[in-house]
Amino acid sequence: MASSSSAISATRFLQSPTNAKPRSPSYSLSNSSFMASRSELRCPSSLSLRSPRRASSFTSALKQKTSKSTATIVADSLLITKEEGLELYEDMVLGRSFEDMCAQMYYRGKMFGFVHLYNGQEAVSTGFIKLLKKEDYVCSTYRDHVHALSKGVSSRAVMSELFGKTTGCCRGQGGSMHMFSKEHNVLGGFAFIGEGIPVATGAAFTTKYRREVLKEEDCDHVTLAFFGDGTCNNGQFFECLNMAALWKLPIVFVVENNLWAIGMSHLRATSDPEIWKKGPAFGMPGIHVDGMDVLKVREVAKEAIARARRGEGPTLVECETYRFRGHSLADPDELRDPAEKAYYAARDPIVALKKYLIENSLATESELKAIEKKIDEVIEDAVEFADQSPLPPRSQLLENVFADPKGFGIGPDGRYRCEDPGFTEGTAQV
Amino acid sequence: MAAVQGLGSVVTLSSGHSFDSRRGRHRLVLQHQSELSRDYLINGSGQRLTDGAKRSLKFSPGAVLTKAETASGSTSAKSGHELLLFEALREGLEEEMDRDPRVCVIGEDVGHYGGSYKVTKGLAKKYGDLRVLDTPIAENSFTGMAVGAAMTGLRPIVEGMNMGFLLLAYNQISNNCGMLHYTSGGQFTIPTVIRGPGGVGRQLGAEHSQRLESYFQSVPGLQMVACSTPYNAKGLMKAAIRSENPVILFEHVLLYNLKERIPDEEYICSLEEAEMVRPGEHVTILTYSRMRYHVMQAAKTLVNKGYDPEIIDIRSLKPFDLYTIGNSVKKTHRVLIVEECMRTGGIGASLRAAIIENFWDYLDAPIMCLSSQDVPTPYAGPLEEWTVVQPPQIVTAVEQLCK
Repeated sequence: MASSSSAISATRFLQSPTNAKPRSPSYSLSNSSFMASRSELRCPSSLSLRSPRRASSFTSALKQKTSKSTATIVADSLLITKEEGLELYEDMVLGRSFEDMCAQMYYRGKMFGFVHLYNGQEAVSTGFIKLLKKEDYVCSTYRDHVHALSKGVSSRAVMSELFGKTTGCCRGQGGSMHMFSKEHNVLGGFAFIGEGIPVATGAAFTTKYRREVLKEEDCDHVTLAFFGDGTCNNGQFFECLNMAALWKLPIVFVVENNLWAIGMSHLRATSDPEIWKKGPAFGMPGIHVDGMDVLKVREVAKEAIARARRGEGPTLVECETYRFRGHSLADPDELRDPAEKAYYAARDPIVALKKYLIENSLATESELKAIEKKIDEVIEDAVEFADQSPLPPRSQLLENVFADPKGFGIGPDGRYRCEDPGFTEGTAQV
Repeated sequence: MAAVQGLGSVVTLSSGHSFDSRRGRHRLVLQHQSELSRDYLINGSGQRLTDGAKRSLKFSPGAVLTKAETASGSTSAKSGHELLLFEALREGLEEEMDRDPRVCVIGEDVGHYGGSYKVTKGLAKKYGDLRVLDTPIAENSFTGMAVGAAMTGLRPIVEGMNMGFLLLAYNQISNNCGMLHYTSGGQFTIPTVIRGPGGVGRQLGAEHSQRLESYFQSVPGLQMVACSTPYNAKGLMKAAIRSENPVILFEHVLLYNLKERIPDEEYICSLEEAEMVRPGEHVTILTYSRMRYHVMQAAKTLVNKGYDPEIIDIRSLKPFDLYTIGNSVKKTHRVLIVEECMRTGGIGASLRAAIIENFWDYLDAPIMCLSSQDVPTPYAGPLEEWTVVQPPQIVTAVEQLCK
């Protein structure tokens, strides 16, 4: 499906072998924009942790990159319509504004704990999730606010959850790292990395089961599993790649490779940093895409999701992206090279899409400004709603531990504990 | 109404003695029927018979009331069918899979191989490879997969080939299975059953002889039950599958070949209730799983010596049935806990704490707890025997307690 448009020349589809040959041929990445895979950067012996040395390695690699790998998108034919463009723009601005507001609220003491912001990675979330139906599933990590928003969870619900209020999407019981929505099929929100991948595999298994065992022939829901570069060294990742390919589950594994796992550079943690290569090892296509460009991501996502819907099995998509902020709001972010940050800041996905829309006359400056203003109002409203919402009452403490509260057992008086009047007040002994 | 005839021909476990005292069985049956209030039967049209309905039904001839009646009515008294424990598990599983097409089994070698202890034998042929799924060796991931499937509408049963292997799945069981209902604010339920054989077997070595009841005890959101007879194995399996909560069903490697006659009618055991095995007056013995049989063996010796122990199979390891246990403590005032779990932080330790907290005033003596030694199970036969609690130790403990 890779179109001839130079706009997506940086993407490659590496198909899994269809015959008995176990290994597919590797190919060179000479005109890839993937900075981190440059061989110069892969030899740790030449790198030291002192910034000047690292900066020189990075900038020397920078000088060698080809001119194709810039953020500007040169399109022969338009990839999106005006409506689609505005939808994408609005979603990305929503994600960015929401995360910026989170930072503000955190420093004002309205939300607590570990908050992981998604600034800079919006193209991945928007590029993939805006192609999904409501019944499709999304499974994420702790960096999940924007995934939930893109999937359709209201800003009010997410902001309230972050404030710990009872009107939050998880009644204030989950928090920043556990965003769930049954209505919008957001399966979380997991604090441990890699934990969500098997859950996503299970959701894809349900789709296959419904189609083949329960005979619901029109059940073609796709599951997207989002996770980072650090997770790709974790056993659960590999185990699920194997199972998904084995049973041809309708799932897309989306790697948000932002090159850093807190302070651990992807290159220092991984023997072979090119994650897309690990797909064919399990019998599925592995694709690398520029994750700072929402249109490129969207084109790749279209094919991967269509593949899954057709029942052809999983795909591994590696999106090279970058987080503009630290790992979390508690991370001082002193380890990353300023040159690297500047390089990616220049490829801001929102700025890039704006440029594309205006240059191709899909939208005017004023229309985009109107969207930004609208989003500002949505966020303001969300904050106000969250502020005014009540904190959870004591009675909520013991609810939801068990789906069937008989699980708290039988008390000395012969009645189930959950029948104790104190239970609904949250003061019962359980 | 079907009768429970108690333990029929029991396959012996350690020594050559078998528990077959007819008087004991008679008392066992009667008590069993009247004490249990929450086990329920299901009539022909699938309706649940309430407690009231059950108590008003007459005892069928199968419930042995007197020796004389049994002798004469032996042919007509044989209702129900005889099977081994693993077959009872399979029967429960099959009935639930027939009843609800969303029930599926996930595990290693459950499909074509029929399960390493033959619990799922023949099911893959009947239901297909997707419903009885043979997984690669990836416990953590396929348990997580079961969680994801449960969240999205299925009712999976995860089989750990040995409960010890579930240590690899601990991440998913603790974080996801136990917690997701809460952290999602009640939006997603995880109706899974995680089951498998555990406990000390016959010289299987340390890693295959683990007792993980204590490890999962503290995980909030999980229920744990342990089966010990074919009757409660089938009943608990069915109850666990029907429950909306994640349930861990502990089976024991050495109990799979126990034989018992179980009712033909459909029945479910309550997940939260304990089972009165033998009513008594002098001392309460709380036990579960394989230790039940060691206790019953010790009980014979004790009865000969003039003691009258009350034996309760607690069945529900989390939460404890404090009503049955409490009533017993209030009657006998002496408690002995006999378990196979580790001494440190085991089920006995928690049970002791719960009894002290709730029934301190009723105790006449400190609670005694006999557990396995805090030792990795040795391979050598005699060493392995000394790791677990043996009947003579139980007899000594009761004698000490009743002094």
